[in-house]
Amino acid sequence: MNYLHHLLDHLRKDLRLEWRSRDSINGMIFFALLVVVVFGLAFDPTGYPTTTRQISGAILWVALLFASITALNQSWAREQRNQVLEAQRMAPSPASTLFLGKALANMLFVLVVEAVMAPIFVVFFNLHPLGNVWLLLLILPLGTWALVVNGTFFAALGLRARNRELLLPLLLLPISLPALLAMVQATTGVLTGDLDPIQIGTWVKQLAGYDVIFTTVCILLFETVLNAE
Amino acid sequence: MTQTEATTRSSAPQSTAQTDHAQAVCLDSISKTYGTFAALRHVSATFTSGTCTVILGENGAGKSTLLRIIAGLITPTRGTVTVFSESPHDQRRRIAYMSHAAMLYDELTAMENLNYFASLHRDGGCACVGSPEMALRAVGLDPNLSRPVGQYSQGMRQRTSLARVLQTDPELLLLDEPFSNLDAASARHMVELLSDFRTWPVARGGSRTILLTTHQSALAEPLADTILTMRSGQIQSSEPGTEAAR
Repeated sequence: MNYLHHLLDHLRKDLRLEWRSRDSINGMIFFALLVVVVFGLAFDPTGYPTTTRQISGAILWVALLFASITALNQSWAREQRNQVLEAQRMAPSPASTLFLGKALANMLFVLVVEAVMAPIFVVFFNLHPLGNVWLLLLILPLGTWALVVNGTFFAALGLRARNRELLLPLLLLPISLPALLAMVQATTGVLTGDLDPIQIGTWVKQLAGYDVIFTTVCILLFETVLNAE
Repeated sequence: MTQTEATTRSSAPQSTAQTDHAQAVCLDSISKTYGTFAALRHVSATFTSGTCTVILGENGAGKSTLLRIIAGLITPTRGTVTVFSESPHDQRRRIAYMSHAAMLYDELTAMENLNYFASLHRDGGCACVGSPEMALRAVGLDPNLSRPVGQYSQGMRQRTSLARVLQTDPELLLLDEPFSNLDAASARHMVELLSDFRTWPVARGGSRTILLTTHQSALAEPLADTILTMRSGQIQSSEPGTEAAR
């Protein structure tokens, strides 16, 4: 019970910090919007509806992936300012609550970006999904968590590195490939209607498995990363 | 190293068994190197529970490194450190560390910061419930101040930082240059507060120990049971302070 209290305390703090500064969400929305506009201008979505459906899943996740990277470093930079991270290290609460609180906060920020970007995305790409759109309500949170949990962990890993802005994508992108594959395939399957629900379910299961494995590993290793010199 | 042990004993003469029991901090031949630079070299010392030790020294003498090792924030390259007979990490609940940085979130108000850090010390029966407000009043700040800490003066941030550590009811208080951003009146107030803090009853029993580093020796001397002087990563001298002389 105490664990949950500590986790919620960290989450509340991160949400409050973001509410006051709005650094992460504004940056992410701007970046994602830029990607969508650039791809929207690159070809005529109304002329090629099938092609649009086939590639828009990948475009969506590319936009979210790079947008979330801009926010993930920022989330730990707040802890480094004024050496607050040292106060965190001295606190007797479990280190993993700090990690999970931050990952959940980052997840909520990316979900807000997704909620803002979804209608823009549909309009810009003139999207008419042919599959069961409700499945996206499962795919998007699972995919977002896969990006955010690893991103939060690797951003913490790079805290003491000189080139931490460079280090995060270098570590995050290769390790996220299995999740990216699953989330892009499942999203494209829903948009094109090419995959039946069982095939989509396989990708969703793979995504869920990835989430469970990496969340567990990150929780187990976080205290070591936090206290590394 | 022998000097330090001798001084600590002289400030609180006890039998060996009792001394072991009352040791707040024990440093055994601690060294810390960063690359080729030795920040600390074979430092051995014991700090008895209930005493206040003021550590003096020039920049780069190793004062902050010593405090950070005792706080468990860095590990020594060689040697062992025990706090209340265990590793510092295991005694986090009983230790509080105030660095020269504020260790506060700029975007939050003082009360929000203190409430947050108090919540991290919550453990069933929390010793710090309700105390953030008291801690802020104790350091002379208004708990209802709605400005975020980022808009505070350096002195106010320093006092908020002190409130942050005091509210956790620590038995071992580590203060790294606590007077550095304070005017003379605020620094004197802080000394009085720390002097008062030593008399506060400890919830778990025992007594309060303070280790304090400073350049402003005149300010801290009234508090000191022992004054250590560090130079080039070693303890140069150890003398009884004004409090012990009294």
